Amino acid sequence: MSVHETSTKPSDEMLRAPFIYRDDEALEKSFQFTLMKRLASYMLPYPGLIVAAFCATLGNLAVTLIAPYLVGRTIDTAISNHHVSSLMTYGAILAGLYVLNFAASSFRIYLTNQLGQRVIQGLRKELFEHVQGLSSDFFDSRPAGSILVRILNDVNSLQDLFTNGVINSITNLFTLIGVIAIMFSLNWQLSIITLIVVPFMFILSLRLTIQIRRSWQQVRLRLSRINAHLAEGIQGMRVTESYVRQEENQEFFESMNRDYMKTFLMAQRWSIPFGPLVDITGALGSALLFWYGVHLLHNGVVTVGLLVAFANYLGNFWTPIGQLGQVYNQILVAMASSERIFQYLDTRPNIVDRDGALPIPPIKGHVEFRNVGFSYELGRRALTDVSFEALPGQTIALVGHTGAGKSTVMNLLGRFYDPTEGQILIDGKDITSVSLDSLRSQIGMVLQETFIFSGTIMENIRYGNPAASDDDVKAAARAVFASEFIERLPDGYHTEVLERGSRLSQGQRQLISFARAILADPRILILDEATASIDTYTEHLIQKGLEVLLAGRTAFVVAHRLSTIRDADQILVFDGGKIVERGDHAHLMSVGGYYYDLVAAQYRFLA
Amino acid sequence: MEGVYRRLRRFYRPYLPLLYVSLSLMLLTTALQLAYPYLLKMIVNRVVIGHQFGELLPLSAAILVAALIKGVFNFTQAYLAQVFGSRTSFDLRNALYKKLNHQPFSYYDRIHTGDLMSRMTADLDAVRMFFAFGINNLMSIVLIVFMGIGLMLSMNWVLALVLTALMPILAVTALRFNSRLHPVFQNVRRALGRLNSGVQENLMGMRTVKSFAKEPFEIDKFNERNNAYYDANMDATKLWRTFFPFIEFVGNIGVVLILMVGGWLVMSQRMNLGDLIAFLSVVWYMIWPMSQLGFYLNNWTQATAASERLLEILEYPDDFDAETEHVSKEMQGRVEFRNVSVKFGDKNVLSNIDFVAEPGQTIALLGLTGAGKSTLTSLIARFRDASEGQVLIDGIDVKEWDRHRLRSQIGVVFQEPFLFSTTIFANIAYGRPNASVEEVERAARVADAAEFIDALPEGYMTLVGERGLGLSGGQKQRVALARAILLNPSILILDDATSAVDMETEYEIQQALQQVMEGRTTFIIAHRISSLKRADQILVLDDGKIVQRGTHDELANQEGLYQEIFRMQFQDFASMSEVPVAMQTGTEGNC
Repeated sequence: MSVHETSTKPSDEMLRAPFIYRDDEALEKSFQFTLMKRLASYMLPYPGLIVAAFCATLGNLAVTLIAPYLVGRTIDTAISNHHVSSLMTYGAILAGLYVLNFAASSFRIYLTNQLGQRVIQGLRKELFEHVQGLSSDFFDSRPAGSILVRILNDVNSLQDLFTNGVINSITNLFTLIGVIAIMFSLNWQLSIITLIVVPFMFILSLRLTIQIRRSWQQVRLRLSRINAHLAEGIQGMRVTESYVRQEENQEFFESMNRDYMKTFLMAQRWSIPFGPLVDITGALGSALLFWYGVHLLHNGVVTVGLLVAFANYLGNFWTPIGQLGQVYNQILVAMASSERIFQYLDTRPNIVDRDGALPIPPIKGHVEFRNVGFSYELGRRALTDVSFEALPGQTIALVGHTGAGKSTVMNLLGRFYDPTEGQILIDGKDITSVSLDSLRSQIGMVLQETFIFSGTIMENIRYGNPAASDDDVKAAARAVFASEFIERLPDGYHTEVLERGSRLSQGQRQLISFARAILADPRILILDEATASIDTYTEHLIQKGLEVLLAGRTAFVVAHRLSTIRDADQILVFDGGKIVERGDHAHLMSVGGYYYDLVAAQYRFLA
Repeated sequence: MEGVYRRLRRFYRPYLPLLYVSLSLMLLTTALQLAYPYLLKMIVNRVVIGHQFGELLPLSAAILVAALIKGVFNFTQAYLAQVFGSRTSFDLRNALYKKLNHQPFSYYDRIHTGDLMSRMTADLDAVRMFFAFGINNLMSIVLIVFMGIGLMLSMNWVLALVLTALMPILAVTALRFNSRLHPVFQNVRRALGRLNSGVQENLMGMRTVKSFAKEPFEIDKFNERNNAYYDANMDATKLWRTFFPFIEFVGNIGVVLILMVGGWLVMSQRMNLGDLIAFLSVVWYMIWPMSQLGFYLNNWTQATAASERLLEILEYPDDFDAETEHVSKEMQGRVEFRNVSVKFGDKNVLSNIDFVAEPGQTIALLGLTGAGKSTLTSLIARFRDASEGQVLIDGIDVKEWDRHRLRSQIGVVFQEPFLFSTTIFANIAYGRPNASVEEVERAARVADAAEFIDALPEGYMTLVGERGLGLSGGQKQRVALARAILLNPSILILDDATSAVDMETEYEIQQALQQVMEGRTTFIIAHRISSLKRADQILVLDDGKIVQRGTHDELANQEGLYQEIFRMQFQDFASMSEVPVAMQTGTEGNC
C-alpha cells in the first residue's frame, strides 16, 4: 500500500499512491571520520566543562580501580592475619573513598549533562538560525514536517552521545588501560591468558556492527516517513474528515507503522547480541583465569587475595568494553542523524548578500524591471523579457489569468528569487547589490494566503514593527477597518489566536495582515490578491484607507476586482509570462484588446 | 500515577504473555548471574583452600556453560521485551492516529501541530522505551536484590541482615526521587512540545517571516524556547546529581559493612574466608544494577509523564454517538435549518437561522467578513453542531445521519485549499480513491483544472504537496474543487472556493457545475455578486442573522446590504462613462 518514490511500481499504482514522501539518501560509509570530527567540534566551546567533567570522571575511575585492590588487601593482610585494627583502617579508607566517589559522581552527572545539553542547545540554535537564512526555494521544495524533524528529532538523537557517550568512552578507555596496566603489574601470565579471548570477540562484534548500522538506517528512513505523514496529516485533517478518507489513511498509516515496527525489531535482533557476546567472552576469560590461576596458586606464584582481586579487575575490564560497544552503537545512530543535520547546515541560500552589500538607503520608490526572465525550475518558464518602470508613488496593477506570471513579478521584487535574466532596480540600484534585510524591511507584502502567528492580535499586527505603540497598532487596524471586528472580540486586541489563526475567518485574517503591513510602514507595498477573501463592503472601506496610505508609496497590486485596478497609474497585462498590454485604464479600454475583453467579461457577469 | 498505565491497559494487554515469558527468562538469567559468585565460592573453598584440584575443570566449565545459557536467555528475554514494547507502541500509534482522524473540528482549532507532533513522536517513544526495557530493568533490580538477599541468607544470615538494613533507605530514596522527578519531567515534555510548535509555526509562516525580514525576531523567539527546554532538562539533572550517586553510595557502604562485619566473623572463626569472598562478590553483583536504579526510575517517570500527554489525546471526549447516528441512505439534498443558533462561548455566532434549500437549488451566502457564513455551512456536514435548533437533511436531523455516510455525500471545498503530498491525480481522487481515470479527468474539466494539469510536464502524475509545489492559489483551488466534484455529492459547499480564480474562469466553472449539480443542492459563499447572482436563493448574513433573502433581482431592488454591495461592485463599471454603451451592446449577444 505504501508507495515511495524509489520503487518501480506500475504507473497506475504510482498515480494513485495515497501519499508520496521523498526518502533521504542512506549513508554508505559506516564511520566517517570527518563527520566525527565535525560533531566533536561542537564540544570545543566548552573546554572548562569538558576538563571538569573529565576530572570528576577520573575521580570515579580512581575509586573503581582502587577499591577492589583495597578489598583484596583487607582480605590478605587484615582478615587472614586476624588484624582487627588494620581491618578498621581499611574500612575507614574504603568508606572515605566512597564518599569521594559520591562527590565525584554528583559532579560528573551534573557536568556531563550540562555539557550534553549545551551542545544540543547550541547545535539546534545553529541549525535553526541557518535554516532561517535559507532561501524560498529551500522551503518550497520541502514539507515543513520534514524540516521540523531535523531540527528537533535528529538533533535530540545526538543528546545521548554528547551527554554520556563522549565522556563515558574516554573514561572507559582510561579504565581499560588502567585495568590492563594493573592486571599486568599484578601478574603478567594471568593477564595474557585471560585477555587472549579479546581479539576473538573483537572480530565477531565488528561483523555485527555492519548489520547494526544498516538496520538502524532503515529504521530512521521509516521513521521520517511516518513523521512526514503525521505532520501533513494533522494539517489536512479537516479535508480527511470531510472526505471520509479515514479508513484508507488508517490502512496506509498502519502499513507504514508495521513496516517501521518490523525494521525496528530487525535492528534490535542485530543490536541485542552485543551484550551477551561480551558476557560470554567474559565468562570464558574467567574460566581461563581460574583454571590457570589455581595452577599458579598451587605453585605459590600468586596468593588467594591476588586471585580474588584479579577476578574483580577482570569484571572491571569487561564492563567498559560492553559500554564502549554501546557508545559505538550510539555513534552509528548519531552518524545518520548528524549527516542529515549537516546536510542542512551545508545548504547555502541561493539569495545572499553580495560581498560588501550595503543597506539600501530609504527607498524613494522608483522600480525598474529590465528584460527580466525567470524559471522556477529548468524548462518551466515563468517570465520572459519583462520590462517596466514604476515611478515613486505610483500604483501599478498587474492583470492576467492565474499562472500568467503576476505573482512571480512580486516574488522577484521582494527578492525571494533572483531573476534568471535581466535586472531589477530600485532607485537605480540593482536589488542584488544591496543587503537583503534592508530591502525587505522596506517592502511590505500582503498575500492571498495570510499567516497568523499564535499570540495576541496585537502582537500579530505589531509583527513588522515591534517598536509600534498600542495606539499605533490600533490606528493601523482602524485604517484598514479591522478595528471593528477586533473590538467586538471578547478580549479585543488581546484575543489569543492560534497558529494560522484558526479561530478567525479568512477575511479577518486578511484584515489583520493588512494592518500588519500598514504598520510596518513600507516604502513599497505589494498586494497579491490581498483582498480576495474580504467582502466588498469592507474592501471598499479599506480602499479609502488605502488611498491615504498608498500616497507617497509605490504599490504593486494583483487583483481580480476591477475596482482595485481601475485607479492604478499603470496597468500591466500579463499573459504566458509576458507583458502583452500596458497603460492606464482609459488607454487600455480604448485599445480594445485583452484588457478590454477582461473588463467586458466582468461587466457581463455582473450586469 | 499507576492510573496512567491502567488507562493504557488495552494496548499492552494482548501482548502481556510476551512480557511474562521475558520476565520469567529474566528470572532464570538473574539466577544464573548469581551462580557465578556461587561457583566462585566453590572454587575458592574447594580448590584453592581445599586443594581438590579435580573439581577445577568441571567448575570452570560450569562457569562457561552458565554464561552461555545466560547469553541465550538474555537475548531472548531482551528481544521479547522489545517485541512487547514495539507491538504495544504499534497499536498505540495506530490508535492515536485513528483518534486524530475522528477528532471534531473544534479540536483542531485549539491544538498546535508541532505540539501534537511531539506527542506522536517523542512522547510515544518514551512510552515505548519503558515497555521495551524499562519494566524489565526495574524488575531485574528487584529480582537481583531479592535473589541476592536470598543467596546471602543461605550463606550467612548475620551478614545478610546487615545488608537488608540498607534496603529501606534505598526504597525511601527511590520513592522520594520519583515523586519529585514527575513534575520535572512533565515540564521537560511540555517545553519540548512548545519548542516543537514554535518551530512548526515558524516553518509554516516562513513566507511572512521573510517578507518582513523578521528572521532575527524569530531566532530570538526560538532561542527563548530552546533555552527553556535546556533549563527544564537541567532541572532534571539537578535531581539526578544527588539521587543517582546516593543510591550507588548506599550500595558501596554495603560493601564496607560486609567487609568489616564479615572480616570480624572470619577472624572470630564463625565464617570461612571463601564464604566472605563469595558474599562480597554477590554484593558487587548487586551494586552495578543498583547504581542504574536512578536511570530506570527516570525512564519510568518519563514514560508516565509522556503517557499522560498521550491519554489527553486518546481520552478527548468523542462527539460521536453510534446509537443515534443510524440513518444511512441515499441523500436527496434537501437542507433545512430550523431556528439554528451557534454559540462560541457566550457569543452568538449564528442566531435563529431558518431556511429551506430544495434539491436542485443553489443557495448563496453573502455577508461581511465574520458574519457567520462559514459557520453556517459547517453545520451541514456536522463539522460542528448547532447550539440550538435543528439542521435537517431530507427531513432528518443531521445528528441522526451516519456521519461517514453524511459526509461522503457532501462535497466541501474549503477556503484554503489543502493538497497532500502525492500526485495531482490522487489528490483529486482523495475522497474516492478507486475512481477511474476518466472520472478524475472529467472532474478536473468541470473544475477548469484539466487544461493547466495537462500543460504540466507530468500531467496528473505531477507531485504536489503541503506547499502545492509551484501551483498558484487559483490552481490549488481548482484541484480542491475537482476533488469535491469527483465525490458526486448530493450537496456541494463552496466556501469562497474560487476567490483566487478570475471571473471569467469562475463563470466557466459555474456553467459546468450547473450541469453536474443538476437536481442537487449547492451552497456558495462568495464576495463577488457575479458568483452569486444566478443562485435560486441568496441569504444575506449580518452578525450571525439572516437580514435579507431572495433572488438577485429581488435583492438588487431592495434597500439593504445586498444592494449596497451590488452598487459598489457595479460602480466600478458605472464610473467608466465611456464603456457601458459599447459593452452592453457588445455582450448582450454572448450572454
